[in-house]
Amino acid sequence: MKDDDVQDADRKIHPTPQLDQLEDGPWPSFVTGLKRLRDEGAPNNQKMMNDLLGQLNHSYENRTGYWKGGTVSVFGYGGGIIPRFSEVADKFPESKEFHTLRVMPPAGYHYTTDILRQLCDIWERHGSGLVAFHGQSGDIMFQGCTSENTQKAFDEFNEIGFDLGGAGPALRTSMSCVGHARCEQSCYDEVRAHRSIINKLLDEMHRPALPYKFKFKFSGCANDCVNAIHRADFAVIGTWRDDIKIDQEKVKEHIKEKGRRYTTDTVLKMCPTRAISLNDDDTLEIDNKSCVRCMHCINVMTKALSPGDDRGVSIMIGGKRALKIGDLMGIMIKPFMKLETDEDFEELEDFAERVVEFFADNALEHERVGETIDRIGLPAFLEALEIDVDPNMVNHPRTSCYVRTDDFDEEAAKWFERKAAEKSAGAAAE
Amino acid sequence: MKDQVDTPRKPDEVGVPDPFQYMHPVMKANYGNWDWHERPRAGVLRHVAKSGDVIYTVRAGTQRQMDVFTIRTLCDIGDRYADGHVRFTTRSNIEFMVAEEAKVAPLISALELAGFPVGGTGASVSMISHTQGWLHCDIPGTDASGVVKGMMDMLHKEFVQEKMPNRLRITTSCCQINCGGQGDIAVNVQYTKPPKINHDLVANVCERPAVVARCPVAAIRPAMVNGKPSLEVDEKKCVCCGACYPPCPPMQINGEDSTKIAVWVGGKHSNARSKPTFHKLAVANLPNNAPHWPEVKEVVGRIVEAYKSDAQHWERMGEWIERIGWKRFFEMTELAFTKHHLDTWTGARGSMNMSAHVHF
Repeated sequence: MKDDDVQDADRKIHPTPQLDQLEDGPWPSFVTGLKRLRDEGAPNNQKMMNDLLGQLNHSYENRTGYWKGGTVSVFGYGGGIIPRFSEVADKFPESKEFHTLRVMPPAGYHYTTDILRQLCDIWERHGSGLVAFHGQSGDIMFQGCTSENTQKAFDEFNEIGFDLGGAGPALRTSMSCVGHARCEQSCYDEVRAHRSIINKLLDEMHRPALPYKFKFKFSGCANDCVNAIHRADFAVIGTWRDDIKIDQEKVKEHIKEKGRRYTTDTVLKMCPTRAISLNDDDTLEIDNKSCVRCMHCINVMTKALSPGDDRGVSIMIGGKRALKIGDLMGIMIKPFMKLETDEDFEELEDFAERVVEFFADNALEHERVGETIDRIGLPAFLEALEIDVDPNMVNHPRTSCYVRTDDFDEEAAKWFERKAAEKSAGAAAE
Repeated sequence: MKDQVDTPRKPDEVGVPDPFQYMHPVMKANYGNWDWHERPRAGVLRHVAKSGDVIYTVRAGTQRQMDVFTIRTLCDIGDRYADGHVRFTTRSNIEFMVAEEAKVAPLISALELAGFPVGGTGASVSMISHTQGWLHCDIPGTDASGVVKGMMDMLHKEFVQEKMPNRLRITTSCCQINCGGQGDIAVNVQYTKPPKINHDLVANVCERPAVVARCPVAAIRPAMVNGKPSLEVDEKKCVCCGACYPPCPPMQINGEDSTKIAVWVGGKHSNARSKPTFHKLAVANLPNNAPHWPEVKEVVGRIVEAYKSDAQHWERMGEWIERIGWKRFFEMTELAFTKHHLDTWTGARGSMNMSAHVHF
């Protein structure tokens, strides 16, 4: 890619004494990569990276950022580009525009080397040559594009099957764990759930019109490898309803290998609901009615234990970080939705769509859905979405007596009616 | 601009790309039908499918902010030593999948030779999830990439081996919005001063009612300053969170006297054993000392060592502290417990000890 002929002969390399100190040490250095773009990159990358390095070193010296936002988009879309204009462009003109294209990765972050090379080639031509795999929202972050080249870069990415992600008050790019592709603990088809929900609601991503951001994340089990409960407005977590599967021969092998004491300390004692017993013959017994599907024992005994067969998802709503009312984790809203048939997936998509609609209609400006729920109270949210109340939604029932209960009997009647319906449905299934 | 065509190309709204076209064929063939897994060594996973098929995964650390040369180097390794299929983890590690065990050792050698540490699996310190910082963010207090480089240099040995009690997940964020997320250890900018307002610019740059609405403690109000419409901050109420700065850049929250770093501990995403938790304050007011952040590294190193030496196998940071008690945590890490560790926000009472349970 190096083309000495077009290199500006008297181009001044900005000294970077601060950044130079981040090139030593055993961990791969981002500074070394930036310098390589400056010294060996395509001519357009070289110029941009020289000034970018100059500005970054300037930031390290003064301990101040020098970027401001603005408005840049591609034809037909309202979001997906993070515009950055330099406040010190007089000193570093070649990186005065340094926008990021947020591009949605394939679900589960799978790539071939071939497609990575294609992405690199496009970005080398139209951008800076700097990419992050991936940003905290889950996007591929193509960092460093001029306003003029933004459309060109997008067009080429789009032509090989990639699309812009979310930014601003909009549906955001989602992530899903490796799941079904490689993990035996995965309880549903994450790729299908991820793609079908996001692609159905895509208009909310490309044309930002929501009160604030809305994030979906998909984890195949309660280990929650994509941090959905903390970070997603709508977390889809895999689980199962029937018994944990036990291979007692493998249990014995595990105990033989690791020891009885170790097994007691790391499996039995760490069960959050004290649901596991070790029998005298080194077999395990699990009280599945007390088990909360936390995944711990399955994590420790990967060969002997595995999730049951009656699999599906739990939905937790309202996770977010501090702004504005403080940190919130998602609340358990749907303890179980079966997720196997086409109808099951349609039901999940429909529910996701209704939650986003509710958010669009009811949230205040710059309010996340978790904050909306806090503001209006969980009962109002459940009523609006026609969700039956469930003891799995709470750690414990209310402790405050400040509540009007004159319709308690009617509410109790609904509960008993539901219980009776569940019982007869169960009997019919048998 | 003249080369832009008159009728611009309409986007093809393809949405989330289908991953099956890129997925390793063994993973595709056994999609949803895996049986069990083990970790033959740090950085290597061996998954066995119900069909009997096996896939090996070799995980390596990256700098996340990668130039095209680095990515092509990884691709060359993927073509020469692996099967041409890779994926990334949520923490920006790259994974190479191979169907034959014989390919594992040469792949590891090639990665290590090219400077990519192999590890990040099981009870290790994985790559630090982090934010954009001075490189690209419009409101950063620090440069997460730099902080992370220094910390991962320090913790490199804990990445390439599985010698921690359980996995240790570290995050770094360049402002209190905390895009880096919750972590066993979180290294986050923590402002210590109210914003400094450039009253000449507020009226032209900021949508004032929106800025007033952003403040979590209602400390901002409209005011006329020097005859111009502006905003003022009740500094007694202000909690120095910086929430007003993104919608109103003339309310500068960063500054040498304001931009400090706090270290938080005990956040946990997973539901394994205990329920997920938020991280809790360990220490604040550490200097934002680029390019090496030695004070931050020193504190993080101490916390990592205390956890490593004292936690039981499978205990995460927060679970370890819950067992030994916060008193012991502050003693072991030689950090101060101050009035600022007492929560004062909504729900604070839930964080108080309302029992006779005391650690001595």
